[in-house]
Amino acid sequence: MARLNRETLVDWYRQMVLTREFEETCYQLYTEKRITGVYLHLYSGQEALGTGAIANMEIGKDHIITAYRDHGIALCLGMDPKNIMAEMMGRVDGSSGGKGGSMHLASRKHNFWGGYAIVGGHLPLAAGIALEAQYNETGAFVISFVGDGASNNGYFHESLNLAGVWDLPVIWIIVNNGFGMGTATDRAAGNVNLHERAIGYGIKDMGRVDGQDILAVYEKVNEAAQHVWSGKGSVLIEAITYRYRGHGVSDKQYDSAFAEELAEWKENKDPIVLFRRHLEDKYKDISGELDDIVAEQKKIVEEAVEFAENSPFPDTEEQLYANVYVE
Amino acid sequence: MAARNLPMREALRLALLEEMHRDERVFVMGEEVGVWQGTHRVTRGFIEEFGEKRVRDTPISEMVIGGAAVGAAMAGLRPVAEFMTINFAFLALDALINHAAKIHYMFDGMFTVPAVFRAATGWGDQATATHSHMPEPIFAHFPGMYVCSPSNSADAYGMLKASIRDDNPILFTESIGLYSHPGPMPEDESGDYVLPIGKGNVVQEGTDVSIFTYARGVEWAKRAARTLSEDGVSVEIVDLRWLRPLDTDIIFESFRKTNRAVIVEESLPMYSFGSELAAQIQEHCFDYMDAPIKRVSAADVPLPYSKYLELMALPDADKVVAAVKEII
Repeated sequence: MARLNRETLVDWYRQMVLTREFEETCYQLYTEKRITGVYLHLYSGQEALGTGAIANMEIGKDHIITAYRDHGIALCLGMDPKNIMAEMMGRVDGSSGGKGGSMHLASRKHNFWGGYAIVGGHLPLAAGIALEAQYNETGAFVISFVGDGASNNGYFHESLNLAGVWDLPVIWIIVNNGFGMGTATDRAAGNVNLHERAIGYGIKDMGRVDGQDILAVYEKVNEAAQHVWSGKGSVLIEAITYRYRGHGVSDKQYDSAFAEELAEWKENKDPIVLFRRHLEDKYKDISGELDDIVAEQKKIVEEAVEFAENSPFPDTEEQLYANVYVE
Repeated sequence: MAARNLPMREALRLALLEEMHRDERVFVMGEEVGVWQGTHRVTRGFIEEFGEKRVRDTPISEMVIGGAAVGAAMAGLRPVAEFMTINFAFLALDALINHAAKIHYMFDGMFTVPAVFRAATGWGDQATATHSHMPEPIFAHFPGMYVCSPSNSADAYGMLKASIRDDNPILFTESIGLYSHPGPMPEDESGDYVLPIGKGNVVQEGTDVSIFTYARGVEWAKRAARTLSEDGVSVEIVDLRWLRPLDTDIIFESFRKTNRAVIVEESLPMYSFGSELAAQIQEHCFDYMDAPIKRVSAADVPLPYSKYLELMALPDADKVVAAVKEII
């Protein structure tokens, strides 16, 4: 468990800033057609959630899996931004060799089992990964992020029910950012208190958490981990958050339709602004250090872009056919 | 010593039992595999032998049976997940096609998915439209997963062992019509009788026409061959065993010898096993072709309930004989 000393808190700030810098750079690169893949789902606005949850993991022991909005998860886990950016651009040095793209980041070393693009498709995988932890008694847990949209499909039902039946060690975190693609949560869910679905599966309903407040997220997931470690099986948390760049960056209609709501979140609930304010209240001398961190992250992202653009595209028959099967 | 005879279900059971004893990572999961003793009795006695940890009854939840097997396999276990019948595996298409088959490639080799998905398959017994499919070609359409269906006990035993030991996801289907069908087991009783993946088998050599088939089609082909031999027609029967990888070598070699082919499949005719083989043969063996390639498939209808309509819709030995006679 991470100790909440100044060094830890500053590192959380660094992770969130790195993610924001990375994502806004991706947005820019997309508009300039330097990132060419059609799908690009940015994590801007949700940084506190990934960072605060992952802070509870023992990296390399515990497991994590998520949907397509996966850049922030990869960055918080400590994957090299260079390889992530190269993956955005489909280069050989990409974390998935350029074969996965934005939605399919992963890292075996970090027990990051991937970003997945079929809504809900990764939820049974989370159950299976948790089964391995239980089967081999590794003491590890799985964090599985679930979009609010995914919580309405069959995968969610079957996976959480199985987790309930088998007492699987999964921390299910619904990322309720208000929309499943363009449909608001209350137009898609019969009961908008999504966390209450836990009751139907016999797993622990841990209620809601303010996904913009990294300290609250950290504590909630910490409490969840205690429950899972005690052998009592899965928990369900609903985190309330917001996405700054729509469902995907190609969805232009988003910016105008939800401009006021978006402005409100940015103005009053930005996770990085809120956390910086907290740090500056707590440590009166910290502003300069935080400014330096921001500058450093900008540089890291610039270097990642340079690295990625200098990495070649895979373009041989051998690369095309490699890894269809294990030979 | 003569080899033992076992029904195919017992051959499968023995293979699975031995592999579970051999490798602690192997476990079974699915509907009714435990307390109920397996719908098709392939896992009979397993829960008593291995306990609930390794013999895992699931809810009726095909999406998570498929997907959880994928996740467990990625994380290092070797699940043998059972779909009670292949008809129910349609509910797990996304887990199988978008996940099992693609994860190794999508992450450029970072993860492997050594999972076996077993499913009873086939038509007959008036099981009616939604319980009457032999849809292996749908799954074999997608690169990344292997697909097979054995025709006899020894093959079932050796192919299931091979599948469990392989590091790729494999759909292993078992003809319901063959479960009770007895057949000789391999002489090799070492526990390591493992058939190579993707290798077909010349069941019977002949010179006039090649019948390419798999699973229950082999039985129809054998009966047809006996009838045809009375008319002096020499039939070669090739059991492909695997739809993916497809043993094109054995197909082309046989066709170049006989110059005629009948493809027998229990599945539907459109976009099928038969279509694929016919395309491959004309592309690679055009100069050896002495007659059109014939296909014997199920009728292109949803399977009806009523007994005689069902029989009309299914392939059988007589239909194979008729197809051969059209091109001889």
